[in-house]
Amino acid sequence: MYQDIIWTVALAAMGLVALGFLWVISQAGKAADAASSQRAYHGANVLRRWLFGILLVVFAGVTWASLHRFPIPRQHAALDAAQVVDVIGRQWSWEVSTTTLTTGTPVEFRVTSGDVNHGFAIYAPDGRIVTQTQAMPGFTNRILYTFTEPGAYRVMCLEYCGLGHAPMVSEFQVVAPEGN
Amino acid sequence: MATLTMYPDDERLSRGERSVFNLYLVSAVALFVLMMLLGLAMRMSQGNWLALAPDLFYRVLSMHGAGMVGTMGLVTTAVMWFFLRKYVTLHLWAFLANYVLFLLGALCIIGSIFIGNYAGLWTFLYPLPSQGMVWSPQSAAVFMVGYLLIGVGMLLFYLDAAAGIIRVFGNFARALGLQWLFGGQIDPSHPKAVVAGTMVIIANSLGILAGAVVLVLYLINIYDPQMVLNALLTKNLTYWFGHMYINATIYMGVIAVYELLPRYTGKPYSVSRPFLWSWAASTVFVIIVFPHHLLMDYAEPRWMAVTGQIISHGALFPVFLVTAYGALANVYHSGMRWTMPSRLMMLSLFGWAAGIVPAVIDGTISVNRVMHNTQWVPGHFHFYLLLGVLPMALALMYHVVGSRRQAPPDSGADRIGLPLYLVGGLVFVMAFLDAGRLSVARRMATHLPEWWPTDQAGAIGAALVILAMSYFAVRIGAGLLKAPADGDRAHAAG
Ligand code: HEM
Ligand SMILES: [Cu+2]
Repeated sequence: MYQDIIWTVALAAMGLVALGFLWVISQAGKAADAASSQRAYHGANVLRRWLFGILLVVFAGVTWASLHRFPIPRQHAALDAAQVVDVIGRQWSWEVSTTTLTTGTPVEFRVTSGDVNHGFAIYAPDGRIVTQTQAMPGFTNRILYTFTEPGAYRVMCLEYCGLGHAPMVSEFQVVAPEGN
Repeated sequence: MATLTMYPDDERLSRGERSVFNLYLVSAVALFVLMMLLGLAMRMSQGNWLALAPDLFYRVLSMHGAGMVGTMGLVTTAVMWFFLRKYVTLHLWAFLANYVLFLLGALCIIGSIFIGNYAGLWTFLYPLPSQGMVWSPQSAAVFMVGYLLIGVGMLLFYLDAAAGIIRVFGNFARALGLQWLFGGQIDPSHPKAVVAGTMVIIANSLGILAGAVVLVLYLINIYDPQMVLNALLTKNLTYWFGHMYINATIYMGVIAVYELLPRYTGKPYSVSRPFLWSWAASTVFVIIVFPHHLLMDYAEPRWMAVTGQIISHGALFPVFLVTAYGALANVYHSGMRWTMPSRLMMLSLFGWAAGIVPAVIDGTISVNRVMHNTQWVPGHFHFYLLLGVLPMALALMYHVVGSRRQAPPDSGADRIGLPLYLVGGLVFVMAFLDAGRLSVARRMATHLPEWWPTDQAGAIGAALVILAMSYFAVRIGAGLLKAPADGDRAHAAG
């Protein structure tokens, strides 16, 4: 699952940082003489240039990989999705125009709000978020998403909107297309 | 260059200075403990160990958010003042005025929450403040007036500091050392406190001004609902302000590390070209990175989302390669004296460098799509605030307490308190991050039963943190109030 990958990457990077600190702390006590501290100073600068280069390559790679196909669909052109769902958030309920969707073909969600800001998040049957957007008064945000797993999906509000924020939940069904 | 003398003469406090400085620090440690207790109550309530009704929960959350951010701003301002005054003239009245305005602002905030029932949270979004249903638009207005008072206080302090810096260095560019970016002989005595202070003055003044604009718009809207605001524009301004305000606390707090670390390692730690580059870059980054708060606002122009992602990732470079790396190189083979201030500084650098990792990852648009407004977010900001910035401020406090005896504090209780804080803090923030992995929403009074385990783990970690922090608060409070000024050498020696 996507979240587990993110968590693993974060843990690994934080772990590396922790190791770096632990190593330096373990080396802190030995005071160096002038000559060897000059060498250490030089070595640290060389190492830093290497780290800079490595980080730069990772940075460029991640930027390209995550943006060359832009993760947010066009908002002003027609999306031509076979299934369209209009969503309006209100304090404190969702109005969702269609409650049965099919897997395998893209769904366009057009999300807005009738009062304050809300957050439209879709939770899969396993309890994890699959996608989300903000529901903002005066704006319509479009999500394009293709469901692969059938089941009961839950909509939860992910932007604080007052007292009834947490119970502001809705549900829709995703089924396999007929004939499958 | 930061001095290697442990307790240099130019850091002595006059009677008046000591009183104001103590006011800041003692208020801050007391407020931190109180706000942490509110945090624990929320975590327990989410985990079904305590029943806070939703209206109370969201008021407590508003108090905790605004209270913690405000207190962090207060205490790191004291850090900046303590060191910057050695290099430029700072007027005590400006420092005191900031404190008084902070108190008045805090009173407005407390009143609006606990008398006026305001529960719109610390970064409220239009038009929630005037449509909260359970609180009146007037009590939202009082909350905002509280913010304005606090903002005016900080601006006063920054104006005084800016005037002092310009008098000595000519202009901000020279104070930032921009003249040495591409060559030239760097003046090794150019103070890092001035570089960092200048950056904070530029960025946070802009942020506070943006905040003031948006608050005034809100206040007009509250009294004349005909005047409708643009929800996306106000959200941009709100986060421009909020992001800069909370990040400024890191950049003010880190001055303590720049100044104090070399005294404990005994190794010089002067400015270098990478250092100047990193601060120049950070100045730009912190001003333009805020769109990463609006990645799920698809109506936002695409180039802004791209900027948000790229600049968020870029923020790793200065922190990793310059601040953390430079400090570690300074500690390496130094024969470091491990006492409370030096331990707290190491903790703070670790908290910042490790805590920024989940933050940067979340700045990626496709990651944000599944992590935005989950507990991943309180996970990463508590990481670098609780384990990063707060220890920076504590390091200075312990250092000042030590200046009384002319020896860094390192009692047995200190040596137990610090690991307790670290372990509790790690459990607390990791529970949030793991909850983010599990898609647990942030800012919810009631949680699904399957979310309770991470809530309960977080509550246990938080209790340990509070235990340690309460001890630190008493220890520091007593140490500061008892301490005869180290300006008063005659007494200190006795
Ligand atoms: C033991 C210490 C602490 C505990 C138990 C604690 C607990 C919490 C909890 C439970 C939340 C709400 C999480 C959610 O959205 O579900 C929260 C939010 C927050 N905390 Fe803390 N916290 C602690 C320390 C701090 C510190 C040191 C700061 C530093 C400035 C801080 C700043 C904040 C902020 C800004 C929020 C966001 C408020 C909002 O969402 O509107 N906290 N905290
Ligand atoms: Cu909501």
